[in-house]
Order: sequence, then structure tokens, then C-alpha cells
Amino acid sequence: MTQADDKTVMDILRGLKRGASRRSLLQGLGATGVAIGFGGALAGCGPAQPPPGGGEAPTLNFYNWDTYIGETTLADFKAATGVDVNMTLFANNDELFAKFKAGNQGYDVIVPSNEYVTRMAEAGLLLKLDQAKIPNKANLLPEFQDATFDPGRAYSMPYTWLVLGIGYRKSKMVGGAVPDSWRYLFDSRQYAGKIALLSESADLIRLGAKYKGKSVNGLTPDDIKVVEEMLLKQKSAIKAFHDDNGQDLLVSREVDIVLEYNGDMAQVISEEGGEDIGFVVPKEGSLLNSDCLCIPAGAPRPDNAHKFINYILDGEVGAKISQTIQYPTPNRAARDRMPESYKNNPVIFPPPEVLAKCEYGTFEGAEKSQMYEEAMTRIRAA
Amino acid sequence: MEHHWKQAKGAFAAALAPPGLWLALFFLLPLGAMWLYSFGENAGLTEIALSGTFANYARALEPLYLGIFFKSLAVAALVTGLCLLIGFPVALAITFAPDRWKPWLLLLIMLPFWTNLLIRTYALIAVLRTEGYLNFTLEWLWNAGSWVTSTLGLGALPPFEPLALLHTTFAVVFGLVYVHLPFMVLPLYSALDRMDRSLLEASLDLGAGHLRTIFQVVVPLAGAGVVSGVILTLIPALGAYLTPDLLGGPDSQMIANVIERQFKRANDWPFGAALSFLLMYLTFIAIALQSLAGRRTAGSRR
Repeated sequence: MTQADDKTVMDILRGLKRGASRRSLLQGLGATGVAIGFGGALAGCGPAQPPPGGGEAPTLNFYNWDTYIGETTLADFKAATGVDVNMTLFANNDELFAKFKAGNQGYDVIVPSNEYVTRMAEAGLLLKLDQAKIPNKANLLPEFQDATFDPGRAYSMPYTWLVLGIGYRKSKMVGGAVPDSWRYLFDSRQYAGKIALLSESADLIRLGAKYKGKSVNGLTPDDIKVVEEMLLKQKSAIKAFHDDNGQDLLVSREVDIVLEYNGDMAQVISEEGGEDIGFVVPKEGSLLNSDCLCIPAGAPRPDNAHKFINYILDGEVGAKISQTIQYPTPNRAARDRMPESYKNNPVIFPPPEVLAKCEYGTFEGAEKSQMYEEAMTRIRAA
Repeated sequence: MEHHWKQAKGAFAAALAPPGLWLALFFLLPLGAMWLYSFGENAGLTEIALSGTFANYARALEPLYLGIFFKSLAVAALVTGLCLLIGFPVALAITFAPDRWKPWLLLLIMLPFWTNLLIRTYALIAVLRTEGYLNFTLEWLWNAGSWVTSTLGLGALPPFEPLALLHTTFAVVFGLVYVHLPFMVLPLYSALDRMDRSLLEASLDLGAGHLRTIFQVVVPLAGAGVVSGVILTLIPALGAYLTPDLLGGPDSQMIANVIERQFKRANDWPFGAALSFLLMYLTFIAIALQSLAGRRTAGSRR
């Protein structure tokens, strides 16, 4: 079983587990169809033989996160251009990176997050985008036209952005207070035994530093040590380190307060029983992420890939995607087409004064990642 | 009738070549590459320089990682012990069951293998979590008890507090025992089933009780089955990664979880490879001990 299939199984089970949500179950089953239907096909779609008469074969291999595309987007793209999109799924950036480290197996478009855009570009795993083929870039909000993690948008076009914050069960908060500080997760025993943190080492250490008043970038070994000691002290109050399924732990009442992404929380808040669930980006600020459309080096069909990226950045297409996935969009044309319930949703779009304190984590070399990882291993082993 | 294999070398080689080739191509070759990586260092983001360094092994032998190794070993040993404790009576019961039941009982033991490990683990989550089936059952029993005490005029029991079962080391051990029990029962069954029943009758005729017969006759006779059951359970339990990941709490990480993170999050393949090989050496040692023990029992019987 491949990782993507495993992830799909997990999502089906997540749907079953939640019980209330038929939608997520159907989504999961739909995704299996895609994974099974196209996973097998992909093997035969290696470096494409150009059809007689030049040009590229009308197919495209798209490597995406699960439940991260509009319901009809791929079919609409086929209707518009005649290009068949084979979508397969990956579960996290590390899996994506590990896979491409061993060579491109025939993918044309991938969706790494900001830090991994830098990492993959530095490692020579991405193709430079031909900006002339992506006129819809003009639809992006001004702040997304350029990016610190990819100067000049040479390798990536933003697909969504997301921010880490605190998901909580309103009825369990002491005095009905909103847990608007990282203190409740990292440095307080108020919700001892009812806390779940993301198991991503870099995110945890960086947010701990943010709570201590530092930037998320340029941390020294001493800064890391301080955060490590804080988390070691907090460990007995932590119920679990989760793999980005914190929203499920919250919904199933396993925990009352959890570190999660806004998009994931927005999805469960919009579902049955979501009225007792809240989400807040702490006042100290947080980590921003942006998932980006990129073309991996060695992509067999770069022309189709450019066409596809340009198509996704279209306002109408982007709006349809946002309707399904409920993540914040960097696309102005798409956002303008969305209903008020999306545009003014404080979970999807946290208040600007809080966002102003949020930062993107930048890639600071493999040694730094290994330092974060070892700190995390020490925390978990203690 | 009996031919020595040396007299049919051609046929022997022909029969051995495909599996041998398969083994070399898909097992030894990748394993060899990993072995080389374990003596390498990261040079850039995707390159590994094979410098022949022992630094990865030195780091793997630091107290932090050794501690995790020993903790994993302790968990695996506990799991194996529990499997033996539960599996032995089960295997014994199947051995003494009527012949027409045996295939069905064995089928029941193997039935869980028809379901993906991930699905079985998720099913356990649904059983163990705070709002899970186990807590629902306990709550129902508690409320029933409360109804009894209040009708007896003793007053109602305090409200039910669900047990925190999921995300604990208990859940990890529970999950691992559940997953590995068949690996223990099957070799035990095959050893017990071959046992000479007349020895049991002799033991009982000569005045030994049932328990004494089990411990002094059956258990020693099943020795080989016990050893292979222990090895078959201990080794996969030692390398377990899905179960501690999904059922475990903040301190339930096992060595396989650390290895996985080296290949993914930390992007440190050489160190991950060194940790993997240390785990494999431990396994080899266990198997060597088994064969030594096997030789000794074989020798003492002669």
C-alpha cells in the first residue's frame, strides 16, 4: 500500500469516526476512487512519448494533498483544454521531498509548502517557471506577487495560505475565556491532560520561540534549548502529539485544546457539532504557511503544467476550489467571487492585527532541521 | 529413492536461481545501499557522500538513542511475554479441540490478517478513546450499578468518569499484543499439535496432576515452538511504528518512529540508516541466540 493510499484510508476512517459527517466520508471514498483509478495509471505514464506532429501528450500528472482540489476542477480543465489530469496524493512535505530526492517519477505539477519550495529549489528539484505562460498571476493579491521564500516567484505560484493557531472546545474553556495565548498550550497546566500538539518538530520549536518573544527564524541553539526545557516541563500536561489530525481529537473530545491549521479547523467548525468549536491565532503571533504550485525538474509535460497552473489561478476556478477546501486563497479574483460567509470568516481570515505578527518560516539549512528534530526526540524520550 | 542434492546440481541450481536473483535484486542490493549510506554524510540536500565515517554509529550509540532502543526492547519484550501468556492456552485449546473444528479455529486466528493493519489500528482507536466503545460499555455498566444502588436505598454512584485509555503506553502495548498474537499462536500450535499424546497419558497415569503435566511435560516439549513464537513476535514488535504512532501518547515513541523521522522530517538518511542497522544487528543477535539455544536442546536430547 502506498502512503497516499494509506492517507486515503485514514481519511475514510476519519469520516467514519466522526460519524456525523457524511460529506467527509464521501470525500474520502471519492479520493480513493481517484487514488486507485489513477495510481495504477501513473505507472504507465512515465516520460511521455511526444505524439506524432510535435507537442505534448494530453495528460498531466498532478501530485497533491488530500481533499485539496475543487469537486469538478480536474474535469473542467479537461473540458477546457483536453488534457487529462491524473491526480495522486501525498501526506506531507517530507514524503514529497523524500520521493523527489530519489528522482522525478513522471510528475508535472506538485504542491510543496513555502519552506520546501526553497529547499527543493536549492536542491535543484524544481523547474523555473515561464512567467509569460502564467498571465493569471495578475489575479494574485499584491502581497502574494512576490515571496521571501521564492524571490520573484521564480519557481512557485501560491495555491493557498494557512496559519497555525489554537483550536478549542468552547464549553470546556475556564470562564468561557478564549485561549488567545500560546501559554495555554506550552506553559500552563490549566488544561493539563487535554492538550494535543502538532508533532512537527520545526513548527513546535518555532512557535515556542514565538511565545518567548523571538522570531520564528534565526533561532540559536540556546533559543532552542529554552523552548526544549519549556516543553519538557509541559510534557506531562500533553495528551498527544498528533499528525495534523488535531481537529479530530478535538471533535471526538479526546482533548479540549489543540494546535492546528486554520483551514482544518474551518472545515470541522462548518460541520455538525462545530458550534462548540473555536479557533484563535494567539496574540503573540504565529507561523504562516503557503502551499504552492510548482513544476518539478524533469517533468515530462512542462507545457501542460504551465497551462494547468494558469488555469488554477483563474478567478472562477479558484473560487470553486475555495468553496470545497475552505482554505484562505491568495487569489483576489477568486476571493471576490466568494460569499460573505467565507470572506468574513475570522477562522479562515484571522484579524489583520494578529496576522501582522505572523511570519513565514524560512528554510535555514538541513542542520537546523536536524537540530529541531533532535530536540523533539529528546522531548519525547524524556 | 533418496538422492543427495549434489547428484542433481543442475535442477537444484535452476530451482534456486529465480528466488536467489529476486533476493539479490530486491533485498540484498537495496540493503547494501542502505548499509553504505550508514557510513556516509549529508553533502547538500540530496547528495550523500560515502566518506566511510563512523560518526552516524557513534551518534546512534549516544545515551539518548540507546535509551530509546532499550525502551523499545522493553515494550517489545512485555508484548512478547503477554502474547505468550495469552497465546499458549489458546494454542493448547486448539490442539485439543475436535479435528473438524481445528481448521475453523485456525481460520479465526488468521482472520484479522485479511484486514489492513491501519484499519485494525483505527478500529482500536474507536474502541479505546474517551468516547469509545469500551468507555461506553463501562459507562452503561456504571449507570446500571448506580441504578441498583439507588433502588437499594444506598444512593446513586458519583457520575462516571471515562478512562483515559488512548494515547498511553498501555494502548501501545494493547495494540501490539492484539496485532502480534497470531504470530505467537500459530508456531505454538504447530509445535503442540506434533506432540506425542502418549507422553501426556503417561504423565497423568504416573500420578502427575494436569497443571504439573502442562508445566513439566507440555511446555518443555513445545520449546521449539515457544522460541520461534517469541522471535516471530519480538522482532516485528521491536520495529513497530504504526501502532505507537497512532495509539501512543507523548512519550510512547519507539525506535522505528525515530528512524522514520530521520528519513522524512530530518532528511538525515545516513543517520537513519545507522539506526536501522543497529536495530538489525540486535535482531541478528536474537536469531543467533535462538539457533544456539536450539542446538543446545538438540544436543542434550541426543
